[in-house]
Amino acid sequence: MKSKTANLFYFIPYSLWLFLFVVAPVALILYNSFLDINHHFTLANYTTFFKSGTYLMMTLNSLWYALLITLVTLLISYPTAYLLSHLKHKQLWLLLIILPTWINLLLKAYAFIGIFNQTGVANQFLSFIGVGPQQLLFTNFSFIFVATYIQIPFMIMPIFNAMEDLNQSYINASHDLGATNWQTFRRVIWPMTLPGVKAGVQTVFIPSLSLFMLTRLIGGNKVITLGTAIEEHFLITMNWGMGSTIGVVLIVAMVIIMVLTGDAKSRGGFQK
Amino acid sequence: MAQPIVKLNHVSKSYGDSTVLKDINLELEAGKFYTLLGPSGSGKTTILQTISGFTSVDAGDVYFDGQRINELPPNRRKVNTVFQDYALFPNMNVFDNVAFGLTLQNVKKAEITRRVTSALKSVHLNGYGNREISELSGGQKQRVAIARAIIMEPKMLLLDEPLSALDAKLRRDMQYELRELQQRLGITFLFITHDQEEALAMSDEIFVMNDGVILQSGTPVDIYDEPINHFVANFIGESNILNGVMREDYVVEFVGKRFECEDAGMRPNEPVEVVMRPEDLTITTVENGKLVVTIDTQLFRGDYYEIAATDDDGNEWLIHSTNSVPDNSRVGVTFAPNDIHVMRFNESEEDFDARLETYETDD
Repeated sequence: MKSKTANLFYFIPYSLWLFLFVVAPVALILYNSFLDINHHFTLANYTTFFKSGTYLMMTLNSLWYALLITLVTLLISYPTAYLLSHLKHKQLWLLLIILPTWINLLLKAYAFIGIFNQTGVANQFLSFIGVGPQQLLFTNFSFIFVATYIQIPFMIMPIFNAMEDLNQSYINASHDLGATNWQTFRRVIWPMTLPGVKAGVQTVFIPSLSLFMLTRLIGGNKVITLGTAIEEHFLITMNWGMGSTIGVVLIVAMVIIMVLTGDAKSRGGFQK
Repeated sequence: MAQPIVKLNHVSKSYGDSTVLKDINLELEAGKFYTLLGPSGSGKTTILQTISGFTSVDAGDVYFDGQRINELPPNRRKVNTVFQDYALFPNMNVFDNVAFGLTLQNVKKAEITRRVTSALKSVHLNGYGNREISELSGGQKQRVAIARAIIMEPKMLLLDEPLSALDAKLRRDMQYELRELQQRLGITFLFITHDQEEALAMSDEIFVMNDGVILQSGTPVDIYDEPINHFVANFIGESNILNGVMREDYVVEFVGKRFECEDAGMRPNEPVEVVMRPEDLTITTVENGKLVVTIDTQLFRGDYYEIAATDDDGNEWLIHSTNSVPDNSRVGVTFAPNDIHVMRFNESEEDFDARLETYETDD
């Protein structure tokens, strides 16, 4: 009996946190999304959102760029994680990959402004090899490049863990039964590391939907995502209702992604 | 002799500073049940891997069916392996695991179904196709692993300590099944174990290994009755090993007495070791005994008593007896000349066989 009360006691800080910083904000967003600019109850925000081409375009844009970022990140991270898991000092290498995540996102963004600007290192190099200076900053390319750079560690980690769990004897068994390297990858390695890939996609895709600092600093607001729109509504137009509505749409999109990628526990999943 | 299915010719292998295989020569005939027996780290798994292709050799040649296969990758070798940890793919059910090898080839679906069903049947797992691997017991996983290997119809099956994870009862059952399966399929089995009982029970021929060397090869009876040295005698079965002196042919002296024996071909007065199996020693009265011992302690093993005793010179003796003897009593111990086996120090297997030839005419 005593231990049960004690357990409840330990639960208090977490419950408070959960209520104050997760439940309450989400409830407030939901509440605000039904208020117009004069704080009257309305459904107009939602009708505006779904009737306006601008917002739908923005949603598609967000999804599209998040998808691109996730895809590029995955293409780089999967082979990297595979390579890492076969290295001798893999924990050290992994640490080096994780290291950049300890640096503030804004700092990294400003660093890239320095690298990509007209007189930056990147353009100096391009001039040196004879290509000449290019407009790098404020392009879609630089936006995806920097976003990918920032997300890569979050993709590598879960895939690396899945690779570590993958026993060499599965790969040997596959070769033993006559499989080529490609067949082994397709039939054994990929399906068994898929849970790691799904976890990585979740941690990369969902935050990528609402990137707004990068769209502004690196993408030069050429790419306008839902994240940018929310920021504008809250800070510039002061239309909190509309901002909240977009927020709700974003939350729903995230839930959908989580459901789609989150069936790792059912059949087909790889469990230790 | 018919062409051996596997031949290792002066094969050596090292990992860094440690040599795991030292000049191994080995020939396996088709259709037999072979066992590599040795303690962990003796190199037996490495030999298996040179045949399956997961280990490359530093020196020497590996032949399979007359062809040199040193450079052939594992997926193109006509052998299949039953792995120690089974290595069943957890993302596939039993059927898909067993069918795995066939689905890589252009085998028709109906044919796959037919062969999987028959493979599952031969390991007594009919109707288990739809089970998930996580739902199987250890023994069932073992059977699936065997089915997955034999469905490929290999010329040779390699089994890497496949029974070590099973409990004693199941292990005994699987020994019968493996032996029966090998005889039914008629393919060569190369079985790896550190369990001498398993090796003795199932094999046509045993290779005893230690420290990267094959110490002795032969039928289970040969190896049990005539171990070549201290290590083999000690590793296979329980034994009493004593220092002795070969006085002349057929006479050996140990514990201060001379005994008639059946070994010969050694130098007169050569120092030797004498092996006597505990089950060959019979307890009798003090007057009838060739030796007199005092019983120290005994353990009831179910089918026999394991008795520890000491003779008057302080040598310890291990005796197996179906009857209990009171502790601290003095009893006689008797044995026949053919219960004594004499081993020379540092005798190689070739010399050992040659010496046996010289006096074992009718055998």
